[in-house]
Amino acid sequence: MTNPEGLKYTREHEWIKVEGDKGRVGITHYAQDQLGDVVFVELPKKGRQLRQMEALGAVESVKAVSDLYCPVSGEVVEVNSALEQKPELINQDPYGQGWMIVVKVRNAKELTALMSAQQYTSFLAQGAK
Amino acid sequence: MSDHTVGTRGLVFNEPLIFDRSVPGRVAYSLPPSDVPEEKPERLIPRKFLRKEIAGFPEVSELDVVRHFTRLSQWNYGIDLGMYPLGSCTMKYNPRVNEDAARLPGFARAHPYQPEELSQGALQLMYELAEYLAQIAAMDAASLQPAAGAHGELTGMLLIRAYHVSKGNPRKKVLVPDSAHGTNPASSAICGYQVIPVKTGPRGSVEPQAVADVMDADVAGIMMTNPNTLGLFEENIVGVCQVVHAKGGQVYCDGANMNPMVGIAKMGAMGIDVLQYNLHKTFSTPHGGGGPGSGPVAMRAHLAPFMPVPVVGKRGARYALDYDRPHSIGKVRAFYGNFGMMVRAYAYIRTLGPDGLRRMAQTAVINANYLMSQLKGSYDLPYDRFCKHECVFSDAIQAKKDVHTLDIAKRLMDYGFHPPTIYFPLIVKGALMIEPTESESKETLDQFIAALKRIAAEAEEHPDLLHEAPQKPRVSRLNEVKAAREPNLRWRPGPARPAGGRGPK
Amino acid sequence: MRYIPNTDADCRQMLAAIGVRSVEDLFADIPRQVRVKGDLKLPPALSETDLMRHMRGLVAKDADVESYSSFLGAGAYNHFAPTITNHLILRGEFLTAYTPYQPEISQGTLQAIYEYQTLVCQLTGMEVANASMYEGGSALAEAVLMAHRATGREEVVVARTVHPEYRQVIRTYLAPLGIRIREVPYGAAGGTDLKLLRAAVTEQTACVAVQSPNFFGVVEEVAEAAAAAHAKGGLAVVAVAEPVSLGLLAPPGELGADIVVAEGQAFGNPISFGGPYLGFFATKERYVRSMPGRLVGQTEDRDGRVGYVLTLSTREQHIRREKATSNICTNEGLCALAATITLCALGKQGVREMALLNLRKAAYAKGKLAKAKGFALRFDGPTFNEFVVQAKRRPVRQILGALARKRMLAGVALDRFYPELRDCFLVCVTEQNRREEIDGLVKALGGGG
Repeated sequence: MTNPEGLKYTREHEWIKVEGDKGRVGITHYAQDQLGDVVFVELPKKGRQLRQMEALGAVESVKAVSDLYCPVSGEVVEVNSALEQKPELINQDPYGQGWMIVVKVRNAKELTALMSAQQYTSFLAQGAK
Repeated sequence: MSDHTVGTRGLVFNEPLIFDRSVPGRVAYSLPPSDVPEEKPERLIPRKFLRKEIAGFPEVSELDVVRHFTRLSQWNYGIDLGMYPLGSCTMKYNPRVNEDAARLPGFARAHPYQPEELSQGALQLMYELAEYLAQIAAMDAASLQPAAGAHGELTGMLLIRAYHVSKGNPRKKVLVPDSAHGTNPASSAICGYQVIPVKTGPRGSVEPQAVADVMDADVAGIMMTNPNTLGLFEENIVGVCQVVHAKGGQVYCDGANMNPMVGIAKMGAMGIDVLQYNLHKTFSTPHGGGGPGSGPVAMRAHLAPFMPVPVVGKRGARYALDYDRPHSIGKVRAFYGNFGMMVRAYAYIRTLGPDGLRRMAQTAVINANYLMSQLKGSYDLPYDRFCKHECVFSDAIQAKKDVHTLDIAKRLMDYGFHPPTIYFPLIVKGALMIEPTESESKETLDQFIAALKRIAAEAEEHPDLLHEAPQKPRVSRLNEVKAAREPNLRWRPGPARPAGGRGPK
Repeated sequence: MRYIPNTDADCRQMLAAIGVRSVEDLFADIPRQVRVKGDLKLPPALSETDLMRHMRGLVAKDADVESYSSFLGAGAYNHFAPTITNHLILRGEFLTAYTPYQPEISQGTLQAIYEYQTLVCQLTGMEVANASMYEGGSALAEAVLMAHRATGREEVVVARTVHPEYRQVIRTYLAPLGIRIREVPYGAAGGTDLKLLRAAVTEQTACVAVQSPNFFGVVEEVAEAAAAAHAKGGLAVVAVAEPVSLGLLAPPGELGADIVVAEGQAFGNPISFGGPYLGFFATKERYVRSMPGRLVGQTEDRDGRVGYVLTLSTREQHIRREKATSNICTNEGLCALAATITLCALGKQGVREMALLNLRKAAYAKGKLAKAKGFALRFDGPTFNEFVVQAKRRPVRQILGALARKRMLAGVALDRFYPELRDCFLVCVTEQNRREEIDGLVKALGGGG
């Protein structure tokens, strides 16, 4: 699967889609593939303030747990409650229905620190470490 | 050579949960009738503290209980059935005489708070066992209190912490090699330490320079495993200890792999300050499906003042429990330790004696190297060095045909063997960690080798056989994702689920 | 040597196949200076007959609760275990099995643990239980740590009537993490002083920890203690050292407990001089991911057959490593199996009947001892099968010593644990104590009191 254009990516395999003054966050296809079948996601509550690359929660499969990091600073304004009953959405549709949170972007300049789709693709090709 | 392969086993039964066998009014117990006045409970205890009978508790006959658990046992593999080559678990024969010894009423029915003068035998056993364990480690003292290996790790790290506190600074970090067992960093974290990983070198050993690069006055110590989880002797152990000691740190050694070291090497002389044992590995006490174990820690003299209380001491001919130890870390559990396992381990050590113990270590190493030499043509061997009690292969060759470690492990069951440890250590991708122990005969080892060679051939020619494995057990490829997504962790009343599934096996 | 089958000839064959001349070549990478020289200084090997003679000889003069009349409790209890328990756990498929990491060939162990988890929930009134902890004291310490993790708070309130050794374990576990412990004293009736308890609980309190029946045998006001914790947003942790009491007493789960731990030894496991024992650990479903220890869950295999697996393993050390909920790996599997078999054999009726026998025999003993000359009951709170006796005329240790010489283990002296109760001792009466034994105890005490 190619990594969608128009999104920004972190070195920890999160993506962020800018929607006005907000950003929708999830994990990439590569990340869900590495994890295997997702069994549980630990997400923050609405209203939580996060700094760029602060741990926002964790995603669990049968054999691994991965911490989730917030691509930009901001306040959590939406949480995907569908993931509670159907964590497998993260595997099935990581860029769509598998979205995790929406944050209000505090400082748009922080986005420049993130990778574009092409940069992320090269990052993966080089071993993603 | 006899055919040991998996046949069928007489009749093996389906068996529901005991709760689904319940019939109101059935009983399986025998209690004496009351020989004292039968007061109503609410006359002795206020009603608000009382409960009604326990809903859903089983009501079965004695034969129901016997059949239920006998049938369940038929579904298990055990050392008594066949070889269990789990790396770092040391699945050796569990001698039955040790069970009889532990069940002598003087041991099994002794109360921890009964008078010391009337417990001299039990205390003597503990005293002598501690001495044996200290001696085997070439150290000065041993605590028998920890209940398992991980508990011993916690105790060892608490000792190290107490030592540093006594010097004025607990320090903040602990170094842990990337090959370490998960309990190592977990134990450090419980002691409040930050874990700093150290990469294993190209020969499969920790290199002194890699340690020196991260060693400073803020590091409390390093947690080594020797032999390590690759089954290799840490060739630079003396140098590593020196680097750590030079900056005032302490060296902890995880003794899960002590089987090849007993009577062969002096852990204390390497520079190790504290070593935890697993009596349920090296000293033959049974694994029981997940315990009980026992994790005594041996230590050098400078750590002894911090040992948990009480310590069994000897004054003249009398043994006593010493609680008067002002620098002790306190207690890591109530009472004295898993005493019943101490009795078994003591009996084992007395049965083998010094010659037997040395032979145990030597034969374990010969057996493991024999397996390694015979299998290295068929499976990828990441480190081609003589191993000690265990060897580690990977699935690199088979992976090219999309056959992975998990498939190899599952297929081994069809050949009548419990799989080796899989996917550990983490530093080898697709690891297969094989430890035969000295309990296995050459014929059994040859059967195991033959099975693995056939599986390697199947991986080339019929990979589907491995993807479909195991075929012989009652159940196959259980859905672990479903178990984690929809946790069902206890029975609740309701219609019983049929055990059968989609057709007979 | 009968445990090591390979002979010298077998070894020579294997060494040749490996391509070395002697076993020493396989140890060549061990530096000379750390090699053992000569033999370990251990006693020479004993034959099977000589071993058993030696073992018997060790304990020939020792006391035990069978050959002595025992009234000792205090966290280790002399109870009936059905004969079948021992026979079943000695089956090689249970005794010599490993941790059930390969579920296809461990379904016996796994289903038994699922049943154990269920029984623990039923006994304690909680929603989910793990596959066991080491024993009561460390289980309580882990429960306190779990409350700290769940609330993020740095202080815990612990009743002084919790078993003194359990409290010591809590201190040892909490010290490196800097979590503060506030102890709450007991009142005149022998239970925790509720007023002082409420005053000790603050917004900083992660949990309140009580034991019921407590160390003095007194049934605590668990509901009140739980309410005190909840009033400030903390958790209620309840320890049960004598779980036979749960056959009769309201379970902590119905009284507001968030985490329940227990010492499970009383069910099917011998007293064995303090171990191996069995830690129960149970909590509410909402905390399951914070729980330490192994968990077995029901699932299906690829053909739809019901089966069991270890689950939610990502909490544990082998995956989470330094972020694990605990470092526990090997637990008390066979002890849990023994408890499971015993509880199934006792069943709904037996577990209640056993509790009633304990309550009634202890009440009988209490009544007699209250009237014995020179003795008094120290506390008047309701008790289950243990109670504290005050010796008014002679030193406790002298009394206990004299009775020991008459083959009676009359109780546990409290001076070591509670200096203010140095004139007291703790008496436990179970279904194993016959009436004539109790009468004998009373006579021996009253005679010399």
